[in-house]
Amino acid sequence: MRKRQLLDAAGPLLALVLLFLGWESAVVLFGVSEHLLPRPSRIFVEIVDRAPMLALHASSTVSIILSGFALSVVVAIPLALAISFVPVVRRVVYPIVVFSQLIPKIAIAPLFIIWFGFGVLPKVLITFLISFFPILIQAIVGFTSIKPEPIRVARSMGAGPVDMFLRVRLPHALPNLFAGLKMSMAAAAIGAIVSEFIASSRGLGYLVLVANGEMNSPLAFAGMMLLSLIGILLYFIVELIQRLTTPWDIAQRRLTPN
Amino acid sequence: MDEMSVAPGDAIVFDGLRKTYEALEGSIEALGPLSFGIRKGEFVSVLGPSGCGKSTLMLVAAGLDDATSGGVIIDGRPITRAFTDLGIVFQDHALLEWRTIIGNVMLHSDLRKIPAKELQPRAMDLIRKVGLEGFENRYPFELSGGMRQRAAICRALVHSPPFLFFDEPFGALDALTREQMRVDLEKLWLDRRQTVLFITHGIAEAVALSDRVVVMTSRPGRVERIIDIDLPRPRGSAVLASPEFVGYCAVIKDIFSASGILKD
Ligand SMILES: Nc1ncnc2c1ncn2[C@@H]1O[C@H](COP(=O)(O)OP(=O)(O)O)[C@@H](O)[C@H]1O
Ligand SMILES: [Mg+2]
Repeated sequence: MRKRQLLDAAGPLLALVLLFLGWESAVVLFGVSEHLLPRPSRIFVEIVDRAPMLALHASSTVSIILSGFALSVVVAIPLALAISFVPVVRRVVYPIVVFSQLIPKIAIAPLFIIWFGFGVLPKVLITFLISFFPILIQAIVGFTSIKPEPIRVARSMGAGPVDMFLRVRLPHALPNLFAGLKMSMAAAAIGAIVSEFIASSRGLGYLVLVANGEMNSPLAFAGMMLLSLIGILLYFIVELIQRLTTPWDIAQRRLTPN
Repeated sequence: MDEMSVAPGDAIVFDGLRKTYEALEGSIEALGPLSFGIRKGEFVSVLGPSGCGKSTLMLVAAGLDDATSGGVIIDGRPITRAFTDLGIVFQDHALLEWRTIIGNVMLHSDLRKIPAKELQPRAMDLIRKVGLEGFENRYPFELSGGMRQRAAICRALVHSPPFLFFDEPFGALDALTREQMRVDLEKLWLDRRQTVLFITHGIAEAVALSDRVVVMTSRPGRVERIIDIDLPRPRGSAVLASPEFVGYCAVIKDIFSASGILKD
């Protein structure tokens, strides 16, 4: 089992190393200017040299991602519960929420600066706006997709509404919930960067924008590299929690990959 | 009430039960009106063609769906909400996929608030009896259809309920597994003699298991005939090869032929 997992992880890592090697040698071989495309080794040096400054910006970005993500979860889960179990809410609110997703969110982001100024709030709200939909939809699917039989079995054992939810509906919904959390986490990373492009004087998104303006490509790439790393890391934290919480689902999907 | 089929003191009484579903295309007469009774400790099969309302009958009896008119009375009390003094098995095993086999069998402990250690010995005993020993910590998806259905039967029996309701529990299984499960079920039932409502569309299965077989008409299902099965138990292969057994099956086939459900 462990060996299999190591092998699973080795493949993508090897591909990444090869990508960097190819990139490095192509840049050297064709004499590409540093402003167009810096070598990976140059980017790593930049990251090390500017570590304290980058860390400052990174921590700001991470806090925006996590705040926006947390807000999404806190709003989406109760809303999903209401839409799943209260018919009036499903009929009235659900169409509005779905319709609101047709509005290009990035286009309304600048409005947030007008409304909420330049502080943390507009950034968190933009991140929330972009990340909240996947978790909402997946939570609704999770809460409503259960077949009648498990419900009947539980009713036959005298389950009350609380037990019915905690021991039947919620566990059934967990795989969907985690799928939504992962998508939302990825979206939150995008949302945070967008918000820093538009409304910030710090954060990696802001840094990349400024570095680009100054034609400082190594720094811009260093910022992007860190952003990717943060995105991947946060995603895998959710993935890890999922593995610990829903072992049956993970094992099942490993057996029947699709 | 139909005097012929309901006797005073029956443990379960179907009393003029009728069920109509309201669907988009209009209402569907699914079941009844029908009346019959099941005596305490009796194994009764309800046998009828697919779609005649058998599952509906069981759901209403278990208080998991409402009757349109008439009703079901168990131990003298009309069923008005989920009846919990029973073990129930559905055609699709209905195990909770996030619980292991033992976790599913022990579900009663969490929902009925029975201390786990009270239930554990019987749970393990049943798991052993149905041949699932060594699989108790597996998840349902890791088991074959037959093993899952065995687990579902353990779950229905573990709290020693006086009533057992089965809805085509072996319907999804291959013929060989089905045969074995039938033998095992009779053995388990002979241990405790619960009052059993067993839904099936298998003629031989109904005759082999039951004290009485309620033969249904097609939809909306009514009682066509009730047949006493007077065969010795346990019903091993000798009994199943006997002319009496074959005779009971032939009688039921004739009933279905006469009503046009079976055609030559
Ligand atoms: N929830 C439902 N809504 C509408 N019609 C239903 C519903 N459940 C069952 N029926 C219909 O009622 C009839 C009897 O169904 P069922 O009790 O499942 O029959 P059986 O179990 O004997 O196959 C069928 O025609 C079926 O289509
Ligand atoms: Mg059925």
